[in-house]
Amino acid sequence: MMLAASMGSEPYLILGAILFTMGAVGLLVRRNALVMFMCVELMLNAVNLSFVALSRELDDLGGQIAVFFVLVVAAAEVVVGLGIIVSIFRRRQGATADDLSMLKG
Amino acid sequence: MEQAVFIVGALICLLGASGVVGFRNPVHSALSLVVTLFGVAVLFIALEAEFLAAVQIIVYAGAIVVLFLFVIMLLGVDQTDDIGLEPLKGQRPAAIVAGALLVIGLVAIVVLGAVTGERSANAKVEPLVPNVEQLARSLFTDYLFAFEITSVLLVIAVVGAVSLARHRREAFVDELPHDELPPEARPEPEPAPSDEVTA
Repeated sequence: MMLAASMGSEPYLILGAILFTMGAVGLLVRRNALVMFMCVELMLNAVNLSFVALSRELDDLGGQIAVFFVLVVAAAEVVVGLGIIVSIFRRRQGATADDLSMLKG
Repeated sequence: MEQAVFIVGALICLLGASGVVGFRNPVHSALSLVVTLFGVAVLFIALEAEFLAAVQIIVYAGAIVVLFLFVIMLLGVDQTDDIGLEPLKGQRPAAIVAGALLVIGLVAIVVLGAVTGERSANAKVEPLVPNVEQLARSLFTDYLFAFEITSVLLVIAVVGAVSLARHRREAFVDELPHDELPPEARPEPEPAPSDEVTA
Protein backbone atom coordinates (compact mmCIF):
# COMPACT_ATOMS: atom_id res chain seq x y z
CA MET A 1 0.00 0.00 0.00
CA MET A 2 1.94 2.98 -1.22
CA LEU A 3 0.71 6.42 -0.36
CA ALA A 4 0.55 8.55 -3.43
CA ALA A 5 3.36 11.05 -4.00
CA SER A 6 5.75 10.14 -1.19
CA MET A 7 7.77 13.06 0.09
CA GLY A 8 11.31 11.86 0.63
CA SER A 9 12.99 11.65 3.98
CA GLU A 10 14.28 15.19 4.53
CA PRO A 11 11.29 16.58 6.47
CA TYR A 12 11.31 13.55 8.74
CA LEU A 13 15.02 13.92 9.40
CA ILE A 14 14.64 17.60 10.22
CA LEU A 15 11.75 16.84 12.58
CA GLY A 16 13.92 14.15 14.18
CA ALA A 17 16.73 16.67 14.65
CA ILE A 18 14.38 19.17 16.31
CA LEU A 19 12.90 16.55 18.62
CA PHE A 20 16.36 15.30 19.56
CA THR A 21 17.47 18.83 20.41
CA MET A 22 14.38 19.49 22.51
CA GLY A 23 15.12 16.32 24.45
CA ALA A 24 18.75 17.30 24.94
CA VAL A 25 17.90 20.81 26.11
CA GLY A 26 15.27 19.44 28.46
CA LEU A 27 17.80 17.01 29.90
CA LEU A 28 20.16 19.90 30.62
CA VAL A 29 17.57 22.37 31.89
CA ARG A 30 15.21 20.34 34.05
CA ARG A 31 16.09 19.37 37.61
CA ASN A 32 13.56 16.65 38.31
CA ALA A 33 15.20 13.27 37.71
CA LEU A 34 12.00 11.75 36.33
CA VAL A 35 11.52 14.55 33.80
CA MET A 36 15.16 14.20 32.75
CA PHE A 37 14.45 10.54 32.10
CA MET A 38 11.45 11.42 29.97
CA CYS A 39 13.68 13.70 27.92
CA VAL A 40 15.97 10.75 27.26
CA GLU A 41 12.95 8.87 25.92
CA LEU A 42 12.23 11.86 23.69
CA MET A 43 15.73 11.67 22.23
CA LEU A 44 15.38 7.92 21.62
CA ASN A 45 12.14 8.53 19.75
CA ALA A 46 13.72 11.18 17.57
CA VAL A 47 16.41 8.70 16.56
CA ASN A 48 13.76 6.05 15.89
CA LEU A 49 11.97 8.43 13.56
CA SER A 50 15.19 9.02 11.61
CA PHE A 51 15.80 5.27 11.40
CA VAL A 52 12.39 4.60 9.90
CA ALA A 53 12.63 7.53 7.49
CA LEU A 54 15.99 6.33 6.18
CA SER A 55 14.67 2.78 6.05
CA ARG A 56 12.11 3.92 3.53
CA GLU A 57 14.57 6.14 1.70
CA LEU A 58 17.01 3.27 1.16
CA ASP A 59 14.30 0.63 0.71
CA ASP A 60 15.90 -1.41 3.47
CA LEU A 61 14.14 -3.23 6.27
CA GLY A 62 17.20 -3.07 8.52
CA GLY A 63 16.20 0.35 9.81
CA GLN A 64 12.93 -0.99 11.15
CA ILE A 65 14.73 -3.91 12.78
CA ALA A 66 17.04 -1.40 14.48
CA VAL A 67 14.03 0.48 15.81
CA PHE A 68 12.66 -2.78 17.18
CA PHE A 69 15.86 -3.37 19.15
CA VAL A 70 15.93 0.25 20.33
CA LEU A 71 12.43 -0.28 21.73
CA VAL A 72 13.54 -3.35 23.66
CA VAL A 73 16.63 -1.64 25.05
CA ALA A 74 14.57 1.43 25.99
CA ALA A 75 12.16 -0.75 27.93
CA ALA A 76 15.03 -2.40 29.84
CA GLU A 77 16.61 1.00 30.45
CA VAL A 78 13.40 2.44 31.85
CA VAL A 79 12.96 -0.50 34.20
CA VAL A 80 16.47 -0.27 35.63
CA GLY A 81 16.55 3.54 35.67
CA LEU A 82 13.26 3.85 37.49
CA GLY A 83 14.45 1.20 39.96
CA ILE A 84 17.52 3.32 40.71
CA ILE A 85 15.42 6.48 41.02
CA VAL A 86 13.00 4.76 43.39
CA SER A 87 15.78 3.38 45.57
CA ILE A 88 17.50 6.79 45.79
CA PHE A 89 14.52 9.05 46.22
CA ARG A 90 12.28 6.86 48.33
CA ARG A 91 13.53 8.53 51.50
CA ARG A 92 13.66 12.12 50.29
CA GLN A 93 11.25 14.86 49.52
CA GLY A 94 11.00 15.43 45.80
CA ALA A 95 13.20 13.95 43.09
CA THR A 96 15.62 16.75 42.34
CA ALA A 97 18.91 15.70 40.85
CA ASP A 98 20.74 18.52 42.65
CA ASP A 99 20.16 16.81 45.98
CA LEU A 100 22.49 13.99 45.03
CA SER A 101 25.68 15.77 46.04
CA MET A 102 27.13 13.26 48.47
CA LEU A 103 30.30 12.78 46.43
CA LYS A 104 31.03 16.50 46.64
CA GLY A 105 34.03 17.15 48.91
CA MET B 1 -1.84 13.19 1.22
CA GLU B 2 1.36 12.23 2.95
CA GLN B 3 2.21 15.87 3.43
CA ALA B 4 -1.00 16.47 5.34
CA VAL B 5 -0.32 13.45 7.58
CA PHE B 6 3.23 14.62 8.10
CA ILE B 7 2.18 18.13 9.09
CA VAL B 8 -0.41 16.88 11.57
CA GLY B 9 2.00 14.32 13.04
CA ALA B 10 4.83 16.82 13.28
CA LEU B 11 2.61 19.34 15.06
CA ILE B 12 1.49 16.68 17.55
CA CYS B 13 5.13 15.71 18.16
CA LEU B 14 6.38 19.24 18.65
CA LEU B 15 3.51 20.24 20.95
CA GLY B 16 4.07 17.15 23.07
CA ALA B 17 7.82 17.66 23.21
CA SER B 18 7.51 21.26 24.31
CA GLY B 19 5.06 20.08 26.95
CA VAL B 20 7.55 17.48 28.26
CA VAL B 21 10.24 20.12 28.60
CA GLY B 22 8.02 22.99 29.72
CA PHE B 23 5.41 21.72 32.17
CA ARG B 24 6.21 22.24 35.83
CA ASN B 25 4.26 19.24 37.06
CA PRO B 26 5.91 15.86 36.28
CA VAL B 27 2.50 14.25 35.73
CA HIS B 28 1.74 16.74 32.97
CA SER B 29 5.15 16.05 31.46
CA ALA B 30 4.41 12.34 31.39
CA LEU B 31 1.07 12.92 29.68
CA SER B 32 2.75 15.18 27.12
CA LEU B 33 5.19 12.35 26.49
CA VAL B 34 2.20 10.19 25.52
CA VAL B 35 1.17 12.88 23.02
CA THR B 36 4.65 12.91 21.48
CA LEU B 37 4.80 9.12 21.25
CA PHE B 38 1.41 9.09 19.58
CA GLY B 39 2.62 11.65 17.03
CA VAL B 40 5.66 9.52 16.29
CA ALA B 41 3.34 6.53 15.77
CA VAL B 42 1.32 8.55 13.26
CA LEU B 43 4.52 9.36 11.38
CA PHE B 44 5.49 5.67 11.43
CA ILE B 45 2.22 4.87 9.68
CA ALA B 46 2.93 7.59 7.13
CA LEU B 47 6.31 5.90 6.56
CA GLU B 48 4.63 2.51 6.02
CA ALA B 49 5.98 0.93 9.19
CA GLU B 50 2.68 -0.33 10.55
CA PHE B 51 4.05 -2.90 12.96
CA LEU B 52 6.34 -0.37 14.62
CA ALA B 53 3.46 2.09 14.95
CA ALA B 54 1.43 -0.51 16.84
CA VAL B 55 4.37 -1.46 19.02
CA GLN B 56 5.07 2.20 19.69
CA ILE B 57 1.58 2.66 21.09
CA ILE B 58 1.51 -0.61 23.02
CA VAL B 59 5.00 -0.56 24.52
CA TYR B 60 5.68 3.14 24.95
CA ALA B 61 2.30 4.69 25.63
CA GLY B 62 0.90 1.57 27.21
CA ALA B 63 3.74 0.34 29.37
CA ILE B 64 6.58 2.81 29.75
CA VAL B 65 4.52 5.94 30.44
CA VAL B 66 2.33 4.02 32.85
CA LEU B 67 5.52 2.97 34.63
CA PHE B 68 6.59 6.62 34.77
CA LEU B 69 3.24 7.70 36.22
CA PHE B 70 3.37 4.85 38.70
CA VAL B 71 6.80 5.93 39.95
CA ILE B 72 5.73 9.58 40.12
CA MET B 73 2.80 8.64 42.30
CA LEU B 74 4.86 6.17 44.35
CA LEU B 75 7.47 8.81 45.18
CA GLY B 76 4.84 11.48 45.70
CA VAL B 77 6.67 14.02 43.58
CA ASP B 78 3.60 15.15 41.70
CA GLN B 79 3.79 18.62 43.20
CA THR B 80 5.01 21.35 40.89
CA ASP B 81 8.68 21.83 40.31
CA ASP B 82 10.25 25.20 41.04
CA ILE B 83 11.41 25.72 37.50
CA GLY B 84 12.83 29.19 38.07
CA LEU B 85 15.47 28.02 40.54
CA GLU B 86 18.87 27.76 38.95
CA PRO B 87 21.48 26.10 41.16
CA LEU B 88 24.36 26.39 38.67
CA LYS B 89 24.76 29.95 37.55
CA GLY B 90 24.55 30.40 33.80
CA GLN B 91 23.75 26.74 33.14
CA ARG B 92 20.39 27.42 31.57
CA PRO B 93 21.49 30.00 28.95
CA ALA B 94 24.48 27.81 28.16
CA ALA B 95 22.16 24.83 27.64
CA ILE B 96 19.92 26.82 25.32
CA VAL B 97 22.89 28.08 23.31
CA ALA B 98 24.24 24.54 23.04
CA GLY B 99 20.81 23.32 21.93
CA ALA B 100 20.58 26.01 19.26
CA LEU B 101 24.02 25.06 17.95
CA LEU B 102 23.04 21.39 17.95
CA VAL B 103 19.84 21.92 16.00
CA ILE B 104 21.54 24.25 13.51
CA GLY B 105 24.28 21.67 12.94
CA LEU B 106 21.91 18.74 12.55
CA VAL B 107 19.55 20.56 10.19
CA ALA B 108 22.50 21.81 8.17
CA ILE B 109 23.73 18.23 7.78
CA VAL B 110 20.30 17.12 6.57
CA VAL B 111 19.79 20.04 4.21
CA LEU B 112 23.28 20.33 2.78
CA GLY B 113 24.19 16.65 2.73
CA ALA B 114 22.81 13.83 0.66
CA VAL B 115 21.86 10.31 1.70
CA THR B 116 24.83 8.25 0.60
CA GLY B 117 23.90 4.72 1.66
CA GLU B 118 23.59 1.95 -0.86
CA ARG B 119 20.09 0.78 -1.58
CA SER B 120 19.32 -2.52 0.01
CA ALA B 121 20.48 -5.70 -1.66
CA ASN B 122 19.00 -8.46 0.50
CA ALA B 123 16.48 -6.81 2.87
CA LYS B 124 14.34 -5.05 0.34
CA VAL B 125 10.94 -3.75 1.35
CA GLU B 126 8.49 -5.70 -0.78
CA PRO B 127 5.46 -3.54 -1.49
CA LEU B 128 3.02 -6.46 -1.69
CA VAL B 129 4.07 -8.51 1.36
CA PRO B 130 2.65 -7.30 4.70
CA ASN B 131 5.01 -5.33 6.90
CA VAL B 132 4.65 -7.69 9.87
CA GLU B 133 5.55 -10.70 7.76
CA GLN B 134 8.64 -9.05 6.32
CA LEU B 135 9.85 -7.91 9.75
CA ALA B 136 9.25 -11.34 11.25
CA ARG B 137 11.13 -13.08 8.45
CA SER B 138 14.10 -10.77 8.83
CA LEU B 139 14.06 -10.94 12.62
CA PHE B 140 13.95 -14.72 12.85
CA THR B 141 16.53 -15.40 10.18
CA ASP B 142 19.17 -12.69 9.86
CA TYR B 143 18.82 -11.21 13.34
CA LEU B 144 18.01 -14.36 15.30
CA PHE B 145 21.11 -14.18 17.49
CA ALA B 146 20.51 -10.54 18.39
CA PHE B 147 16.89 -11.40 19.19
CA GLU B 148 17.96 -14.13 21.60
CA ILE B 149 20.49 -11.83 23.26
CA THR B 150 17.63 -9.37 23.76
CA SER B 151 15.80 -11.91 25.90
CA VAL B 152 18.88 -12.25 28.10
CA LEU B 153 18.99 -8.45 28.41
CA LEU B 154 15.37 -8.34 29.54
CA VAL B 155 15.95 -11.01 32.17
CA ILE B 156 18.96 -9.09 33.49
CA ALA B 157 16.89 -5.90 33.62
CA VAL B 158 14.13 -7.60 35.60
CA VAL B 159 16.59 -9.07 38.10
CA GLY B 160 18.35 -5.73 38.42
CA ALA B 161 15.12 -3.84 39.02
CA VAL B 162 14.03 -6.30 41.70
CA SER B 163 17.35 -6.13 43.52
CA LEU B 164 17.50 -2.33 43.26
CA ALA B 165 14.00 -1.56 44.44
CA ARG B 166 13.89 -4.15 47.21
CA HIS B 167 13.44 -2.82 50.69
CA ARG B 168 16.79 -3.17 52.38
CA ARG B 169 17.96 -2.84 55.96
CA GLU B 170 21.12 -0.85 55.27
CA ALA B 171 20.71 2.70 54.06
CA PHE B 172 21.62 2.98 50.42
CA VAL B 173 22.53 6.65 50.62
CA ASP B 174 24.14 9.01 53.07
CA GLU B 175 21.09 9.86 55.13
CA LEU B 176 19.46 7.89 57.86
CA PRO B 177 16.16 6.83 56.34
CA HIS B 178 12.98 8.15 57.89
CA ASP B 179 11.19 4.86 57.74
CA GLU B 180 13.94 2.72 59.28
CA LEU B 181 15.36 2.65 62.77
CA PRO B 182 19.07 2.73 63.67
CA PRO B 183 20.47 -0.68 64.68
CA GLU B 184 20.42 -0.02 68.47
CA ALA B 185 16.77 1.03 68.38
CA ARG B 186 15.51 -1.93 66.43
CA PRO B 187 13.20 -4.29 68.31
CA GLU B 188 14.65 -7.63 69.36
CA PRO B 189 13.78 -10.45 67.01
CA GLU B 190 10.99 -12.65 68.27
CA PRO B 191 12.17 -15.82 70.02
CA ALA B 192 11.47 -18.90 68.02
CA PRO B 193 8.28 -20.64 69.18
CA SER B 194 10.00 -23.94 69.88
CA ASP B 195 8.25 -25.25 73.05
CA GLU B 196 4.87 -25.93 71.63
CA VAL B 197 6.26 -27.71 68.66
CA THR B 198 8.44 -30.10 70.68
CA ALA B 199 5.84 -30.72 73.40
